[in-house]
Amino acid sequence: MFAFIIRRIIQAVVVMMVISLVGFSIKSKIGDPVRDLVGERVTPEERAQIADKMGLNDPFLIQYTRFVKQALKGDLGRSFIYNKPALEVIVRHAPATLELLIGTALIIIFVSLPLGIQSALQPRSLLSRFTMSFSTLGVSMPVFLTAILLIYLFAVNLQILPSYGRGETVDLFGNGYWKTGFLTHDGRMHLILPCLSLSSIMLPLFIRLIRSEMMEVLETEYIKYAWAKGLSPARIWMVHAFKNTLLPVITVFGVQMGITFAFTILTELVFQWQGMGFIFLEAVERSDISLLIAYLVVVAGVFVLVNTVVDIIYGFINPTIRIAGTR
Amino acid sequence: MASFIVLVIFLILAITAPWISPMNPYDSHNIDIMNSEIPPMWMEGGSPEFILGTDNMGRDMLSTMFYGLRTSIIIGIGAVSLQAFIGIVLGLSAGYMGGKTDAILMRIADIQFSFPYLMVAIFIGAVFQLLFGVGSYERLAIPLLTLIIGLSNWPMFARTIRASVMGEKNKEYVEAARVIGLPRFTIMFRHVLPNSLTSVMVIFTIQVASAIQSEAALSFLGLGMPVTRPSLGSLIRAGQEYIFSGSWWITIFPGLWLVVFVLVINLLGDWLRDVLNPKLYKG
Repeated sequence: MFAFIIRRIIQAVVVMMVISLVGFSIKSKIGDPVRDLVGERVTPEERAQIADKMGLNDPFLIQYTRFVKQALKGDLGRSFIYNKPALEVIVRHAPATLELLIGTALIIIFVSLPLGIQSALQPRSLLSRFTMSFSTLGVSMPVFLTAILLIYLFAVNLQILPSYGRGETVDLFGNGYWKTGFLTHDGRMHLILPCLSLSSIMLPLFIRLIRSEMMEVLETEYIKYAWAKGLSPARIWMVHAFKNTLLPVITVFGVQMGITFAFTILTELVFQWQGMGFIFLEAVERSDISLLIAYLVVVAGVFVLVNTVVDIIYGFINPTIRIAGTR
Repeated sequence: MASFIVLVIFLILAITAPWISPMNPYDSHNIDIMNSEIPPMWMEGGSPEFILGTDNMGRDMLSTMFYGLRTSIIIGIGAVSLQAFIGIVLGLSAGYMGGKTDAILMRIADIQFSFPYLMVAIFIGAVFQLLFGVGSYERLAIPLLTLIIGLSNWPMFARTIRASVMGEKNKEYVEAARVIGLPRFTIMFRHVLPNSLTSVMVIFTIQVASAIQSEAALSFLGLGMPVTRPSLGSLIRAGQEYIFSGSWWITIFPGLWLVVFVLVINLLGDWLRDVLNPKLYKG
């Protein structure tokens, strides 16, 4: 087990090194750190001087080592459009994205569980047929189109929900980092449409997953035994069957939230939501390389961290994984 | 079966777009800005000249949708072919050679797989756009998008082909080929590969649907086709802000067009999967 954990951590470090190398190559190829620092109104001579002082003429490897050292200290360069350290810009915008994901997760849990269970228990009922055909449609619907349709319906036509921005926010810790929209009525109203559109991609998948897992569990011997014992249907469904459906569902849930993160970029663009995806697009549009690379490193870092932790937890639960990794 | 017919109709529309569309949206001579934002024929202010209305630049919606579909299909099929090519070469090598090659190639695939492919595609797209500059990126958009989407989703193919190669490589005919002393390359590509292709067919269709969606997503973010040569994604992007002024048709029609198209491919893919590989079928 110890060897497995070490191996997994080494792999994570190697991946991060490769990603930082890619990031740094991009940065040194197309970035312009002098402009990031002093803006565009300097003479070419001054530029050359500053470039020399910043060590931009050093060999690639030395510059890369410097980049990694600074990155480890939390310095990922300066964003020139915000004129702040790039990492700080990202950290300040992260809560907005995180709140989108939380809202989406809540919707998925509270909608897919009842619908999935219902369509497993009564596969022929009208509601489950409707759910199943609707979920095929949902898979084929791009998230930005769902978002636009929702805006058209609720914001333009009915005018009951706001169409863009985060609305009124409350400073959660009093230091300006985490401004939450969950605590005000206006903030919550602004959350509804983006979260609905984001959850629309994952809902079909979860309803189908819960349905098929639940149906499989219902066929097993121990459920038949439970029926034979004469337990009440509610107890068999909720306690015996449902509990064993949950583990695979939770596993997939974790993976899918990662994928949902990619879709927040699209959702944030439609709703002008000031999150990480929004500043990423801003960075691309105005070629703020430092911010772009910082985004790459932070996002990749979060993914690698989560994957590593999940794998290690799996290693504890399921010993076969530890052996499969050896080869 | 109905979905197959609809798909064929879509393909015919895409191939014959230059002949059947009422106007050529790429040709600026045909475009009159005075015709912009005309509603569909059946609404007040619509004209029979533009059946589904016009967009903000005065182009006929129906024509732009035909041409957009064409672009989306070219990129979608091109990208999936690239994915399949990379995936087959690497998956076949990994599965047949085993050992170190397998360990290294599959580790790479696993690692790329642990990041959402849309995220990978968006990032490669962003870097390409900065590298080439917006102008030349837009000129090269079709090959670049094919490359981006191709690179972002190959592990799917590599894994699938590897799994079926692992099953094939110990069968008697491979054994026999080895005994008569055929070179490894020949055995891999002439003997093992054809027998492992069913699994590729199964995922190919579904992958095309997802590649078309990725293309639409990239174009929607402004990392794809420019508005002057629109794909379905850039049409939706272009029309997005006009829903506030009530011109919903500019964005909703290409959107529905895309949804129906992807839905048809998905249904066909599900059907293919059931037919070709009944064992895989699950709920």
